[in-house]
Amino acid sequence: MPTIWLVLVLIALSITGFFLGRHRALASANGNSKDLHSLPVYYGNNVALTALVPALVVMAIWSMAQPLIIDSRVSSMIPESAIDEGSTRGLVMSDVRRVAEGLNIAVAEGAMTREQAHDLRSGFSDIRGRLGEVGVALGSEVRPEVLRAAQRYRQASSTGNLAMTIVVALTALAGFGWSYSRTHKDFRARNVVERGILALLIIAASLAILTTVGIVLSMLFETRNFFGLHSWRDFFFGGTWAPNFRGDSELSFLPLLWGTLYISVIALLVAVPVGLFAAIYLSEYAGKATRAIAKPLLEILAGIPTIVYGLFALLTVGPALVRFFGQGENGILGVEWMSGATSVLTAGVVMGVMLIPFVSSLSDDIINSVPQAMRDGSLGLGATKSETVRQVVMPAALPGIVGAILLAASRAIGETMIVVMGAGAIAKFSLNPLDSMTTITTRIVSQLTGDTDFASPETLVAFALGLTLFVLTLGLNVLALYIVRKYREQYE
Amino acid sequence: MPKKHGNSLLELTDRTKRRNAAETRFKAYGIAAIAIGLLMLVILITTIVGKGVGAFQQTFVTLNVELLENKLDKNGNRNLDDIKKVTTFGYAPIIRGAIEAKVKELGIETPLKSKDMAQLLSKDAAAQLREYVLAHPDEIGKTVEFRFLAQSRVDGYLKGRVSRDSIGNDKNISAAQLDLVDALVKVGVIKKTFNSAFIFGSDASDARPEAAGMGVSMVGSLFMMLVVLALALPIGVAASIYLEEFAPQNWLTDIIEVNIANLAAVPSIVFGILGLAVFINYMHLPTSAPLVGGLVLTLMTLPTIIISTRASLKAVPPSIRDAALGVGASKMQAVFHHVLPLAAPGILTGTIIGLAQALGETAPLLLIGMVGFIASNAPDSVASGLLDPNSAMPAQIYEWAKRADPAFYERAWGGIIILLVFLITMNTLAVILRRRFERRW
Repeated sequence: MPTIWLVLVLIALSITGFFLGRHRALASANGNSKDLHSLPVYYGNNVALTALVPALVVMAIWSMAQPLIIDSRVSSMIPESAIDEGSTRGLVMSDVRRVAEGLNIAVAEGAMTREQAHDLRSGFSDIRGRLGEVGVALGSEVRPEVLRAAQRYRQASSTGNLAMTIVVALTALAGFGWSYSRTHKDFRARNVVERGILALLIIAASLAILTTVGIVLSMLFETRNFFGLHSWRDFFFGGTWAPNFRGDSELSFLPLLWGTLYISVIALLVAVPVGLFAAIYLSEYAGKATRAIAKPLLEILAGIPTIVYGLFALLTVGPALVRFFGQGENGILGVEWMSGATSVLTAGVVMGVMLIPFVSSLSDDIINSVPQAMRDGSLGLGATKSETVRQVVMPAALPGIVGAILLAASRAIGETMIVVMGAGAIAKFSLNPLDSMTTITTRIVSQLTGDTDFASPETLVAFALGLTLFVLTLGLNVLALYIVRKYREQYE
Repeated sequence: MPKKHGNSLLELTDRTKRRNAAETRFKAYGIAAIAIGLLMLVILITTIVGKGVGAFQQTFVTLNVELLENKLDKNGNRNLDDIKKVTTFGYAPIIRGAIEAKVKELGIETPLKSKDMAQLLSKDAAAQLREYVLAHPDEIGKTVEFRFLAQSRVDGYLKGRVSRDSIGNDKNISAAQLDLVDALVKVGVIKKTFNSAFIFGSDASDARPEAAGMGVSMVGSLFMMLVVLALALPIGVAASIYLEEFAPQNWLTDIIEVNIANLAAVPSIVFGILGLAVFINYMHLPTSAPLVGGLVLTLMTLPTIIISTRASLKAVPPSIRDAALGVGASKMQAVFHHVLPLAAPGILTGTIIGLAQALGETAPLLLIGMVGFIASNAPDSVASGLLDPNSAMPAQIYEWAKRADPAFYERAWGGIIILLVFLITMNTLAVILRRRFERRW
């Protein structure tokens, strides 16, 4: 692990820098720390940080950029003729990477010498067999173009890694030398260090932007690839979801959207009345003791991981519903409406239970923020408590509650485990809540797990679905925020 | 006395009655809503406990096994390499002999052949025996008492999951075998006892649900949490300090704030897609590695930690900062020497809650491949713990729930009990920390 060693060396250098810098500063003031501009620690920190941080930044940027550059260089080496019908450059490149990795392992295990790996020619030696011996399985015999590209890839990577080590080490040493030479009793070490720390703080805060950009870019990029392979008309307006790994798939997100929305609506039908009434009771009627017990108990429901709800849907709620609505004569209702445990109702009800505390605690906060004077006024005019709640408190709290419901809807749409385990896998437009249906998140999971081939539309469609989901939930969140801001009643 | 206008306050009019009834109804709705919520909680907890407790007990068969020298070490020189050549198939006849001898010794009459009797044991038994022999080659030739796992149908029979009616055409068990089980239970050869292997052991293949355990996936979760803690805590605290203490009111700050608010609401599966695209497809980090899982969960947990850290920084009164600045501290010193230590309990509480959330998260782990293979080996070093394929607790539970054999369902529920114990411990810790160290200004 050369990278780890490099990092350890950098850290060692920076620790040494700390002590040397502090020592030099004290020496320049003849050991009297009162003559220093800053505390001695700051001189040490200055050297340590200047040696470490720029070098780490260079290293991070380099290791991000290197694969990109090498990939594009090597992939331009592969002639069009080496790409089979139905294959893509990306697939050939992943072969190249596998062979290169195999050669690396072979060299590391001593099955080949460095020169052998470099001079191999596919015609003469059985590469597939030899790589198989060291545990790298290749699908087919290695072609000369691929082998040459792989060797080039290895060479470029090792040159790149060497260059990175040198550049990083030089940066660290330069930073060390520069800051060490600047260390003097009149040097404003504290100001420099504090500016450096502020820069680090800003970088940490910007990570949020970086994550969002990463999410959007990674999905946009792959979605573009998807629309290159599959017609966007089918995706948006098709109406059928029938992935087929031999080609000719129909991949429309409409049936999935229908399933997602149907399940979410059922979940909200459970969660909103229960959550809202619970919040009203807790904030308007319940005494202190009841509130202190019931509120945390309800919130336990929010802290339970979704996998638990998923299992509950699959193994408890589903079979219970089947006992009611299925099994024909043997069932409780004697009807045969439901064949399997997975259904829209199963997933919807369980998701609704999960959302109860979400709705209730948000609404509770909002109801509590309605000023007491409004209630007192209403009660003083002779209204009953429930009339006050319905005619005074609720209208005042409405924007906030609508916002809370929208946030709950966004949760429901993005929820994965419950629908993966409880909703089923059949994409269809159906109104029957006892039918098995599928959702956007379920399909993302199923298209991206197992054997995936990142050059086929059947896999890439998951990214388009992910982007749809992202836009949908983001839209709901923004809408919720907008409603709350726009229609909020300002008291006082 | 003649009735006057009938408008006495003491006499309820129809309208008042209606209004009072509406009031009572409204209140009843509220009580009903709370009751429904609590009922669901109770149902959930009783289901989990009721179905999961069984996983902590397992059925064992105690047998005296004679480790025959002519089968296990033909050369008789106790050479470990020679002993290793005998595969688990070579051990099967010994186990068959042991159970047949036991049945004969007890005088139980059964039409079963020795092969069918041995079927009562787990497929793991031969491997267990071989492992023991390899560890203690001196014991060859002696008779040793062993406790073997019973196969999952026998276990299910003792736990009531499998009954004589339900076995039907099950080729793994027959009515005659169940008769033998009844007889053996009566004399105490087959017994149900506490099974620590479920907590500390590793996952097992589809055919051996009785041997599956949570231990290795717990280690996977542990490594993921270490990554999350090592990255999310410093980054989250740094970001919060900047936003709360230093950030000027400008467009950059606004963008950061909006981004954090949005990331907190992004569905977790989207983070899984990000991890797949960036960490695995672009950076070529190993699939299924706890390192990648930890990175994804870090990005997911960051907003939670930032939001709670900012709240606790905000709770430190400005007078503390002013006092520090007044005696000559720089702004940075005021924050790091005075505000941060005072906010630490709150930050810690928020971090623990964020970690608990990350511990239970499953969806992103599905996409980076932490599901779908058998986590059978515990990692032997920190590097292999981070980089070798592993599972995580919730992913392991999902994996069991997907398998066909209902014996795995019991283990999934049992796994949930373990997971919830961790979560409850973490949350309790957070509550205690808050109660103990929280300062009101």
